[in-house]
Amino acid sequence: MSTLKTLNGNQTIAEAVRQIDPDVMAAYPITPSTAIVEAIAKFKADGLITGEFVCPESEHSAMSLCIGASSAGGRVMTATASQGLALMWEMLYIAAGLRLPIVAAIANRSLSAPINIHGDHSDTMGARDSGWIQIYSENCQEAYDNFIQAFRIGEDLKVRTPVLVGLDGFIISHSMEVIQVEDDDEVKKFVGEYKPVYPLLDTSRKMTVGPIDFTDYYFEHKRNQIEGIENAPPVIEAVGKEFGRDFGRQYGFLEEYRMDDAEICIVVMSSAAGTCKDAVDELRSDGKRIGLLKPRIYRPFAHQKIAEALKKMKAVAVLDRSSSPGAFGAPLFTDIRSALYDYEERPHIVNYVYGLGGRDIKVEHFKEVALKLEKIAETGKVEELYGYINLRE
Amino acid sequence: MKKETWKELTIGTINLDAGNSVKNLTGTWRSGKKPQFIQDKCIQCFFCWLYCPHSAILVEGDEVKGINYDYCTGCGICSVECPPKEKAIIMVKEEVKLAEGGAE
Amino acid sequence: MAKLKDLAAMEDRLVAGHGMCIGCGIPIIFRIVLRATEDPLIIANATGCLEVCTTIFPRTSWNITWVHSAFENAAATIAGVESMYQALKKKGRIPEDKKIRFLGIGGDGGTYDIGLQALSGAVERGHDIVYICYDNNVYANTGGQRSSATPLGASATTSPEGKESPGKLQRRKDLTKILVAHNIPYVAQASPNRWQDLYKKAQKAFETEGPAFLNILCLCPTEWKYDESQGIRLAQTAIDSCVWPLYEVENGKYKINYLPKEKKPVLEWIKAQGRFRHLFKEENAWVLEEFQKQVDEDWEELHKLANL
Ligand SMILES: Cc1ncc(C[n+]2csc(CCOP(=O)(O)OP(=O)(O)O)c2C)c(N)n1
Ligand code: SF4
Ligand code: SF4
Ligand code: SF4
Ligand SMILES: [Mg+2]
Repeated sequence: MSTLKTLNGNQTIAEAVRQIDPDVMAAYPITPSTAIVEAIAKFKADGLITGEFVCPESEHSAMSLCIGASSAGGRVMTATASQGLALMWEMLYIAAGLRLPIVAAIANRSLSAPINIHGDHSDTMGARDSGWIQIYSENCQEAYDNFIQAFRIGEDLKVRTPVLVGLDGFIISHSMEVIQVEDDDEVKKFVGEYKPVYPLLDTSRKMTVGPIDFTDYYFEHKRNQIEGIENAPPVIEAVGKEFGRDFGRQYGFLEEYRMDDAEICIVVMSSAAGTCKDAVDELRSDGKRIGLLKPRIYRPFAHQKIAEALKKMKAVAVLDRSSSPGAFGAPLFTDIRSALYDYEERPHIVNYVYGLGGRDIKVEHFKEVALKLEKIAETGKVEELYGYINLRE
Repeated sequence: MKKETWKELTIGTINLDAGNSVKNLTGTWRSGKKPQFIQDKCIQCFFCWLYCPHSAILVEGDEVKGINYDYCTGCGICSVECPPKEKAIIMVKEEVKLAEGGAE
Repeated sequence: MAKLKDLAAMEDRLVAGHGMCIGCGIPIIFRIVLRATEDPLIIANATGCLEVCTTIFPRTSWNITWVHSAFENAAATIAGVESMYQALKKKGRIPEDKKIRFLGIGGDGGTYDIGLQALSGAVERGHDIVYICYDNNVYANTGGQRSSATPLGASATTSPEGKESPGKLQRRKDLTKILVAHNIPYVAQASPNRWQDLYKKAQKAFETEGPAFLNILCLCPTEWKYDESQGIRLAQTAIDSCVWPLYEVENGKYKINYLPKEKKPVLEWIKAQGRFRHLFKEENAWVLEEFQKQVDEDWEELHKLANL
């Protein structure tokens, strides 16, 4: 039986960690993910978990520890945000290259400068080519559910790829919500036993892990690595379904909200999708044919599913909570626009950057976007391909 | 040697063939000079074995028996460190013909 | 005391066919060190000559379990492996009586410089690991850039000698003492020419419960520019001139392990190496003097610490 508990996002992650009891947890404090690390430390102090908790001297070492521990042959997790993830950057690629199914909870936060502790996706978007699977959460419940599923996805023998689960800094990490916490035993059963692949600690097999490649092997090793994340989609679907079967909340790559007869659509990830749903409801009651598409998995990118969902729209706005200075639009936008390229039937599509450094996005802002989309749908003309929401101009 | 395709490689950049560098014959780097082992001067102190950077001292049973030219790079450390006054390892010109192991 | 004959009979954990230079000191160090424990051993190696020259895929010179992740984090990586070992033992997935030793290895660049923080953190947390720095005084793998272990006056590619410069202007960082300041159970400095001393120190390090650190002088003919056959002689000069004193600090207690019968002038160390050649120009005479002064100071200080 699951129980209802009032928890914030960080607490839900901590609760999942307690239930899963990974073998090694190595993490360094940074706002807004600090509370996860503190909670794990306290679990350990209170004897509620048996895994090793290590509090290293930096995030770089935290990820290095995770890499050592995961290669050694056991389940490993960490948590960080923002500058912490940035400091791990070098090691993120190495974790993926070594095919280590480390799970990281990221309380998404902006990147300096200027230093700012609030939520946006600059940190994880900066890591989008590191080879990690990326899952984004709309609320505390999803953060909890995604975090549990992350172990199953990453550790799958065909996947063996690290996974990060994003929860928006403060907006989710620090907001209380009533969530369903599943039984400890049920969660443990769902996650299952860890299956080591080439563990260092099996010293009967001598091996050289992480050697140097010259031009004759690097490319093949990289391609071999890419295969892991490319094998992930069916696993993500299967795990999401199984989660639904066991706990009643099913997950896939996307959530389509009121999309059935929609003509215009807003694409947005994470917590803003919740606000957007309210906006869509209000607009719908005004008779507007608008829907919301919420990608849950950003890497591997479900280009086909997204394109299929959007191709019939007249106008689409992709909202990014990060910027990609000098690029042709922010990350989610460029991915989606490119996914639509092969479709003869495709919508007009525009990009808005919103919420940098924790700047609010409210129902009224989504309504403004809807107005613009309506105009594009009517006129068939895009006047502003790329813009900003709730920015003083 | 046939190189693996990406599908044939072990996942996670792992080399499971421990110690296979013995197939790299570093002796090919040697130029100019090489050590010669003079068995009857040898006091079996094993310093040559200890200080050889390329594991090129032949040890059989518990005796130093000569030089493994497959690996010897000709650095000359063994000769310098060989303690007897009349050294049991001397450096000679590469061209000098020696028996396998360089033993006299 | 171990006999070389017996050590030679042991299986090589680092085998032939590696790509380290003619006359390189690294394999000599690890021939000794890797025989100082018979327990299963797992190594985490920082980027540098040893790592690069032993693992060019698809070849490996490691006849043991070995992992490399990056340059600055061998200490953190091995700490992670050790943490997993502790966790799985507690959880009963590794038998309680299965002993495994954990060794982190870095060069002076990977240890004195970029990896200092990770090393400091790992030993402060008390992981049951051994960390070995092979100190060849330079970033050798990348072609001879200065490190904080490069001696005063040595020419390195990023502290080159020239009309306006006598080479590196700064004194070496005393890393061994920095490790001593962490109050860990065992810290020692060793050199391959005193192989029994090195072997004993490695044995002690492996047997230490908790963190142990060894700083080992490493010959590098390529960057030091000397006649490669003379490497072990040169290491002898390093300890006879007290440029590289051999000592250990066991639970805070200093002990000098080698007292030269007659302390040699540092000039003997300097004149044998091309990296110091420019110091014999008239205008650089002050560097030679300063070098000697610093070595004398350090040696005196060490005597005080060891209550001699
Ligand atoms: C973060 C990072 N910075 C720089 C490098 C380039 N690099 C690789 S090895 C090395 C120097 C290694 O020096 P040291 O640790 O003394 O080992 P040695 O080469 O002398 O054996 C450098 C600068 C790197 N690999 N990673
Ligand atoms: S010259 Fe002697 S020490 Fe050098 S590689 Fe050959 S055998 Fe080894
Ligand atoms: S160093 Fe010289 S005397 Fe000693 S074992 Fe080698 S060859 Fe013989
Ligand atoms: S550069 Fe120096 S340390 Fe590196 S392999 Fe060559 S001799 Fe050894
Ligand atoms: Mg070096």
